[in-house]
Amino acid sequence: MKICVLVKEVPDAAVEKRMDPNTKRIDRSGEKNLNPFDTHAIEAAMQVKEGGIVDVDEVVAVTMGPETAVRALHKAVSLGADRSVHLTDPSLAGSDCCATGYALARVLEQEAPDLVLLGQQSDDGECYTMGAIIADHLRMPSLTQVIKMDVQEGSLRCERQAEYGYDTVEIDLPAVISVGDAINEPRYPSLKAIMGAKKKPLESKSTADAAIETDRVGEPGSQTAVLAINPPPAKQAGEIIEDEDTDETIQKIMSWMDERKLLA
Amino acid sequence: MSGILTYALHYQGAFNKNSLGAVSEGARLAQQLGVESAAVVVGGDDVTEEMCASLGQYGAQKVFRANAPEGLGAPVVDVMATLIQERGYRYALFGGGLLGFEIGAGLTARLRAGVTMEVTRVKVQDGKLVAERPILQDSAIVDSGYVNEPGIIIGRLNAFEISPAADGASAEVETLDVQLSEWSTKARMVQRGEQRGEQVNIEDADVLVAGGRGLGKAEGFEMAEELAEALGGAVAATRAVVDAGWYSYSAQIGQTGKTVAPKLYLAAGISGAIQHKVGMQASENIVAINKDPNAPIFEFSDLGVVGDLNKILPKLTAAVKAAKGG
Ligand SMILES: Cc1cc2nc3c(=O)[nH]c(=O)nc-3n(C[C@H](O)[C@H](O)[C@H](O)COP(=O)(O)OP(=O)(O)OC[C@H]3O[C@@H](n4cnc5c(N)ncnc54)[C@H](O)[C@@H]3O)c2cc1C
Ligand SMILES: Nc1ncnc2c1ncn2[C@@H]1O[C@H](COP(=O)(O)O)[C@@H](O)[C@H]1O
Repeated sequence: MKICVLVKEVPDAAVEKRMDPNTKRIDRSGEKNLNPFDTHAIEAAMQVKEGGIVDVDEVVAVTMGPETAVRALHKAVSLGADRSVHLTDPSLAGSDCCATGYALARVLEQEAPDLVLLGQQSDDGECYTMGAIIADHLRMPSLTQVIKMDVQEGSLRCERQAEYGYDTVEIDLPAVISVGDAINEPRYPSLKAIMGAKKKPLESKSTADAAIETDRVGEPGSQTAVLAINPPPAKQAGEIIEDEDTDETIQKIMSWMDERKLLA
Repeated sequence: MSGILTYALHYQGAFNKNSLGAVSEGARLAQQLGVESAAVVVGGDDVTEEMCASLGQYGAQKVFRANAPEGLGAPVVDVMATLIQERGYRYALFGGGLLGFEIGAGLTARLRAGVTMEVTRVKVQDGKLVAERPILQDSAIVDSGYVNEPGIIIGRLNAFEISPAADGASAEVETLDVQLSEWSTKARMVQRGEQRGEQVNIEDADVLVAGGRGLGKAEGFEMAEELAEALGGAVAATRAVVDAGWYSYSAQIGQTGKTVAPKLYLAAGISGAIQHKVGMQASENIVAINKDPNAPIFEFSDLGVVGDLNKILPKLTAAVKAAKGG
């Protein structure tokens, strides 16, 4: 069995994220990191590989992004992926969800995996949609927000929380699964794995290599357009108490609640 | 002329509140565009003609009833894609929820259609729809337009108001036979809507003490319970701790949980993710205790306390008890 894990490079959580008013895209200039939600997808792949129920030949990390995105692939490999594929091409810049999903699906078609794993959301785009978009292109069944995944020969048994409680769903392979962050506790890479990551095979592909029709990607190929970026309605800032002396803090909270008649 | 097609999710004979909001919104927008508002209901024998027709009360003029499995995304994608392709609907609309994301995403791929998610408002500009989407922790709002039609709009939880159009109004119902795609039968529901943990009522409480991952472990909820008891309220939770098995699903607030609006909502160790916020932002007074001064919850709390809840909660409980003469 072959598993592909989709990973994305995103601005570091500590960096203030903002829109670039000129390009109308997310400003990605600061520190970057592997999307934290994707580490759960890599861990899920590793647990299938190490679980011994099915034979996993390889785990392949796949990303679409600018040159710098190789760092996300190195991180993915240090967490256990065997090799990685980097779809990168200037014509891909500015792709919306529709275009990104199409482009990634073309790369995945060439890899022909039995299982595609994704994170529950990208920390910057927060679209929650990439899994289901890719699944439809690949004509595979899919499920998002999965927090338990048992592998059997040829199928998966998955659990996830939906709008009315927890659902249990059985899915035939090949399939596309986005995992929720409660599915596992990702491991830390060993120093040796970090050092060795750059030595594992990394293949860079252009749109031509992946047989991507360039009029379907990038800003010109996107189906949505950012017409304007506006600030949110102004809201009165709340009061903030820094807890230094806890007894004093409690007094402040109590009088705040008392003023609002919340202690009646 | 075909107009807006809205997906109406239902469970155990009742429509989802967010779907009813979406049907109302679809009707409002269709009227402004001068087009038809339609809804689609998917399911088996449990979906009655009366139930479908009742969506007329929320402004749907036409309701399609399709015999296909409900609860998973792909069969609904098959139904809606067929309808949009054959009858030329210009927009597909979804209320907040998990399935709306999955179905909307599937349609995006199938129809090569633009999609906007987490939409809080939809407006008409030059005879087309433009969707407002807050991004980057709600720090900016993007106006998202569609280059081509159809366009797909996935609402944020509770974004669209339910507005009964006319009492007793009834929609025209058409039953459809749709060929499911081969891959959409490859996912099968084994069990739906399992309730984990005991049943608790958080919707009627005036005071809610909500606990998140910051409580550290399941036992951490004892501190929240003691404070809630002192305040005469109930305990609520985030999905993170419910998924972890620390607390009951029935106490969960948010996108896939309950929507609440108590007089006092006090968050202990909750970061304030959008999916949580959408279920409690209508609370009258929001107090947050979090040790991270940059936690998003401080952006929408009325009183923010930056500190360690392990130090604060027990003392706060004692102070509340004392104040109440306990
Ligand atoms: C489709 C979808 C649906 C979802 N539905 C829901 C939903 O219905 N409800 C929901 O809640 N979430 C939902 N989520 C999950 C949501 O995105 C967040 O992951 C979740 O709300 C986070 O829970 P949390 O705040 O408990 O945990 P975290 O985000 O991990 O936050 C824990 C907080 O505790 C603080 N903390 C830690 N230790 C201490 C201490 N000692 N003292 C004080 N503070 C401390 C930390 O600073 C941190 O801010 C959904 C997500 C998706 C993608
Ligand atoms: N450019 C990308 N390259 C590779 N994977 C991606 C990319 N964008 C999104 N993903 C994957 O899709 C998941 C969900 O992202 P999103 O739908 O953008 O919230 C992420 O956790 C990644 O696994």
